[in-house]
Amino acid sequence: MNAALLALGGTPPLPSPGQAPGVYQGAADVIAALMLLLEFGMLRQALVRDQVRLYAAQSAMISVLAVVIAADRNLPDLYALAALSAALKVFAVPLVLRRLLGPPAVEETRGVAGSYTLSPASAVLASIVLAAFGFFCFGSLGIHSAEVPALALSIAGAMVFVAFALMIVRRDVASQAIGFFSLENAISLASLVLAAELPLLLETAFLFDLLLAVVVFGMLIRAHHSRADSLSTADLTRLRG
Amino acid sequence: MLGVILVILIVPLAVAVVSFLVPARLAAVITIASGVACFGLVLALIPDATRGAATYLSYLRADALSCVFLLATAFLYAAVGVYAAGYLKGRTDRYARRFYLGFNVFAWAMLAAPLMSSLALLWIAIEVTTVVSALLVAIADTDGAAEASWKYVLIASAGLGLALLATIFAYYAGAQVLGAHSNLAIQPLISVGSRLPKTPVRLAFLLAVLGYGTKVGLVPVHTWLPDAHSEAPTPVSALLSGALLATSFYAILRFYQVAAATLGSGFPRGTLLVFGIASLLLASLYVFGQRDVKRLLAYSSVEHMGILSVGVAFGAPVALAGVLLHVVAHAAAKGNAFMGAGVFTVKYGTKQMPAMRDGLRLLPWSGPLFLLAVFALSALPPSGIFRSEFEIVAGGLGSGDYAAAAVLVVLVTIAFFGLATSTTSVLLAPVPAAKAPAETGTAEQIPVEIAAIGTGAAGGAHRNGGAPAARGTVAMEARARASGVLAPGEPSAWMVVPVLAGLAVLVLLGVHPPGELTNLITQAAAQLRGAP
Repeated sequence: MNAALLALGGTPPLPSPGQAPGVYQGAADVIAALMLLLEFGMLRQALVRDQVRLYAAQSAMISVLAVVIAADRNLPDLYALAALSAALKVFAVPLVLRRLLGPPAVEETRGVAGSYTLSPASAVLASIVLAAFGFFCFGSLGIHSAEVPALALSIAGAMVFVAFALMIVRRDVASQAIGFFSLENAISLASLVLAAELPLLLETAFLFDLLLAVVVFGMLIRAHHSRADSLSTADLTRLRG
Repeated sequence: MLGVILVILIVPLAVAVVSFLVPARLAAVITIASGVACFGLVLALIPDATRGAATYLSYLRADALSCVFLLATAFLYAAVGVYAAGYLKGRTDRYARRFYLGFNVFAWAMLAAPLMSSLALLWIAIEVTTVVSALLVAIADTDGAAEASWKYVLIASAGLGLALLATIFAYYAGAQVLGAHSNLAIQPLISVGSRLPKTPVRLAFLLAVLGYGTKVGLVPVHTWLPDAHSEAPTPVSALLSGALLATSFYAILRFYQVAAATLGSGFPRGTLLVFGIASLLLASLYVFGQRDVKRLLAYSSVEHMGILSVGVAFGAPVALAGVLLHVVAHAAAKGNAFMGAGVFTVKYGTKQMPAMRDGLRLLPWSGPLFLLAVFALSALPPSGIFRSEFEIVAGGLGSGDYAAAAVLVVLVTIAFFGLATSTTSVLLAPVPAAKAPAETGTAEQIPVEIAAIGTGAAGGAHRNGGAPAARGTVAMEARARASGVLAPGEPSAWMVVPVLAGLAVLVLLGVHPPGELTNLITQAAAQLRGAP
């Protein structure tokens, strides 16, 4: 019935209290929750290699959500977007990052493993507070409809804050880069929830722009490593004031 | 007009590709030609843009507002292109070709941004400026440059992530009225502004100010700016400060137009006032005690972006006109200042102002020109910045914002003292009688053009601690510096001529702005107030 309403240009009604959410709403909420959990996982992981795996899994969630939306709302462009997103964020970006890191045993000697500014427990606690703040901020906006699952949007807001926390509490360039990439995933989630029908050309342009950013991040990480023989940012303190 | 726009978009990109493949001298020539051509084309665009906006091929648009920012960028592209020819003397061919590739792509992205008709494409253009300029900041291959480029790319990219979120919310708001297949075109959003849902527009504007404000250098998201602007090669610093900040501010102005149409001007003006005053306050205090000449100018840029924000916050027609005049005048003045600072850096072999003395005597052209650039930045007449800031303050007083106008004047005056005390010692204080060889700090603080003269790979010499073979005028300066004696003389005429051009522009804008420019600015200011 929702599909028929959409085809006629109408807006499907919100589920009434006690009524189970539709496939799209339910899937979006579950996927968003899983993505947030994966984000906390990235925050907690000591090794960047494991963070990369979790990032790839989080990116896969985005592609799955795009397929669900495409099926539910009859948007064939989103299938192409899901494929492109998977190719870039599930495969290409993690591959680039793993190559930058080198063999697993080397990671510990490069000032990466466990490079926190706060202890892991404190970092997680602080992130929970930030996530809650983001969740309720976005939730209070009152932006919701059958096409905009409010819970998924609120979780996207929480993910934005946790991504910033990941960039702040980790003292190595690779983790900070992953924090930025997971910020992009949070924004992709918000984009799928709010702007699923954005023209494919623009969505593709966003993706390739991300690819460009990944390349530049990779080049700068490599340059940093070649100068400092480390991925740690602890020595990036010469420029102050 | 479409032909002009297409040429502006194609030429710098083509030149970028070609400059990577040809010898450095040819790359310099075609870069200068491209810059001058683009400036001429933007001038040709002015009459049509003043008459009215036009959209081409669905995604290109030129109106009075975009033309003002194009003018600032194109002028600096031409001027800094000439300057770079002298600045890169003594560099290896490989370094120079990489530089010109990045330089031209950077200029292209900054020229493309104001020509995009859609908020989404505008975001993409500004993202391209970020990634390209981050590589240009790192090109000097010093520890400072590596640190600055990492901070820049991380903070600016995170900011642009917020700006993308702003764009998404703007799309959502627009889709409620224009339909789901809206392509985020700016003018339709403004046209239906009164019907857009208020909450997402409010959130989009806030996120845009925070996100794009990171690139503008608004406090508190400015922390990358002093590092990147001071560690980048001087031509890049000039473009970063004079053109990129303004281009990013242009993006905020487009969101401002949508927000003002939806919410009224009160909320967006209040937001910009807060960020503007914070930026002015921090910058005016931080210009005191700076030892690095380029870092000093970087904080001056934060100050001037604060002035732009406060000017828009005033909202009066004369204030908005002052803001737009300030964009062009600041580009000329800041470009001049950085180009002058670059000459000092080459001459003394350091960016540290305590090591620079007797500048007026040792640099008979660049010394006085640098002094005039600093005076211009401090809004002394007859520079265009004096006129623009006068208009902004007049607009503030006229719209009843007495407190904000007073704060603006006080903070600008404080910044003037900070700039003046730093630069007058550089220019006027004599060299001490028993002067030791110029203190250049660690190897990483020596500009690479000094350390890498005559070597095969830029950066390789100073990293490996090797002593480079030397040739050319810049090399003679290096030998003189090593012996503790500096002779009067300019490193290169190429580094003086564009500063003279910038000075001419500043005087023209201050004394008698051309009628066509005045009409353009008037039309652009009217757009900001809601005219079509």
